[in-house]
Amino acid sequence: MSKVEIGIRFASLFGAACFVLGLHFMNSPATARRGNQLSAFGMLVAVVAVLIGVGDSQGAAHMNATRWGVLLAGTLIGGAYGLYSARTVQMTNMPQLVSLFNAVGGGAAALIAVTEYHLDPHVLAGTATATVLDIVIGGVTFSGSVLAAAKLQGYLSKPVSFAGSRLASGVVALAAVGGGVWIVAGAHNQLVLLGVVIAAVLFGVLMVLPIGGADMPVVISLLNAFTGTAVAMAGFVLGNVILVIAGALVGASGGILTKLMASAMNRSVLNIIAGGFGTGAVGTAAVEGAGGPVKSIAVDDAALQMAYASKVIIVPGYGLAAAQAQHECRELGEVLEARGVEVSYAIHPVAGRMPGHMNVLLAEANVPYDQLKEMDEINSEFDRADVALVVGANDVTNPAARRPGNAVSGMPILDVDHAKSIIVVKRSMASGYAGIDNELYTDPKTSMFFTDAKKGLASLVTATKTLVG
Amino acid sequence: MTGSFVGDMTIFVLALLVGFEVISKVPATLHTPLMSGANSIHGVVLVGVIILSGYVHGTLGYVLTFVAAAFGAANVVGGYAVTDRMLQMFRKRPVPAAAAKEDAR
Repeated sequence: MSKVEIGIRFASLFGAACFVLGLHFMNSPATARRGNQLSAFGMLVAVVAVLIGVGDSQGAAHMNATRWGVLLAGTLIGGAYGLYSARTVQMTNMPQLVSLFNAVGGGAAALIAVTEYHLDPHVLAGTATATVLDIVIGGVTFSGSVLAAAKLQGYLSKPVSFAGSRLASGVVALAAVGGGVWIVAGAHNQLVLLGVVIAAVLFGVLMVLPIGGADMPVVISLLNAFTGTAVAMAGFVLGNVILVIAGALVGASGGILTKLMASAMNRSVLNIIAGGFGTGAVGTAAVEGAGGPVKSIAVDDAALQMAYASKVIIVPGYGLAAAQAQHECRELGEVLEARGVEVSYAIHPVAGRMPGHMNVLLAEANVPYDQLKEMDEINSEFDRADVALVVGANDVTNPAARRPGNAVSGMPILDVDHAKSIIVVKRSMASGYAGIDNELYTDPKTSMFFTDAKKGLASLVTATKTLVG
Repeated sequence: MTGSFVGDMTIFVLALLVGFEVISKVPATLHTPLMSGANSIHGVVLVGVIILSGYVHGTLGYVLTFVAAAFGAANVVGGYAVTDRMLQMFRKRPVPAAAAKEDAR
């Protein structure tokens, strides 16, 4: 091992340690930013070291003008695009961007394996296995994430399923597996590999097409785990340790988030991938108690109720994000706090379109993070709350979830109905993703304030100021 | 080859366990930055592309490497930048309204 090689190994070790420590610092909002910077520094060291390595004329691999040109041109273009979108993206569009970065990461991992095989198809079974896994997982991630981003952006808002889509998925999966086995068995043939690539990309599309918007947090998390695995496989192909470690870390992160999101919606990952919400229980048994009288409330009454409360819990949901009402929400919270009202925010794990999305939106609106409470933390506090203000959240507040036999049964919910009174800001009585009536709305303690989230919150702010100023 | 394969496998499994341990302690509040941060970590794929570029040849090889480099760089640069942008928004209270407006950007 040359001195340069030893240096690269140590730089990789350093980088990997920075990744782990960086993730560790993510355990608190106070240290998270430093953690990310540490992780970025580790990355920089690892990249610079390997650049020095390939630039070393003594090494096995060495650069020439063309290779430098190709590498630097690609890196600069990609880096500039990444930086630009990172700087300009709106926080509500964060899930799309994360999906896109996921797609390119998986794509790059797959391309590494493709290029390796293209340069030398005469590989041993071990490397061939890693190559196939890298290409299949990376390919699925690439097309799946691009499609997920398009769906989140609203290009394809409805779940798409067509006759024979299951069959098509099956055929494509079989093609990928068949081609993969052939390669491992020693096909030494680039056309077979091309077939596997195409099959993987098609499978990614077929996998994400039938998945609905409400399931996106799970899908994004799952694709994130896939990318990690693909990168680790690329590490196996190249025999490079830092790719293996980083890939495993991301795989673990994506895996944990996938499980958390799926259980927050009370659904299994397989069920979501199989497509279609509530294919089981929906439409059976009409929810009892629903359809009762609904009480609506005028803006002044709602404002007064909150202004004279001692504790208000705000429950933001996707409706708030969609209406871009996070700033009005924070303003209302501030006006109430100025009057001495204790204000906190109850955040369900699947509020928003990706794990933790609502927290980012509220943080952007300058809500301090100690007011953002997770479900388990806040649920016991609803008993003490004078008013729970629900803004654009639906299924996650439905008390029907505590009973068996309906579409939301067993789903962990926010105990909004435990508050002394409840005000729901909502445009209409339309049901949420689960497609059932929300019993909370017909609760005698509940008043409905029918309006758009942004306008509604703004009018509540004005009313509070003028009435009790 | 087999030796190094087993070695890589060992590291993979251990890193996976470390990942589970560390990441399960991240609060739900930070799940979006966590995912985006994890995303930037898999941007390390760029290191793989750089190694590959040291011995790639032929037009197709160059094209594939170029695309992979662009993908990897977008991933790593954009990932870290956007995670940092998100994390700087998470702040403690109390901050005077004027100052708060300033660092919102």
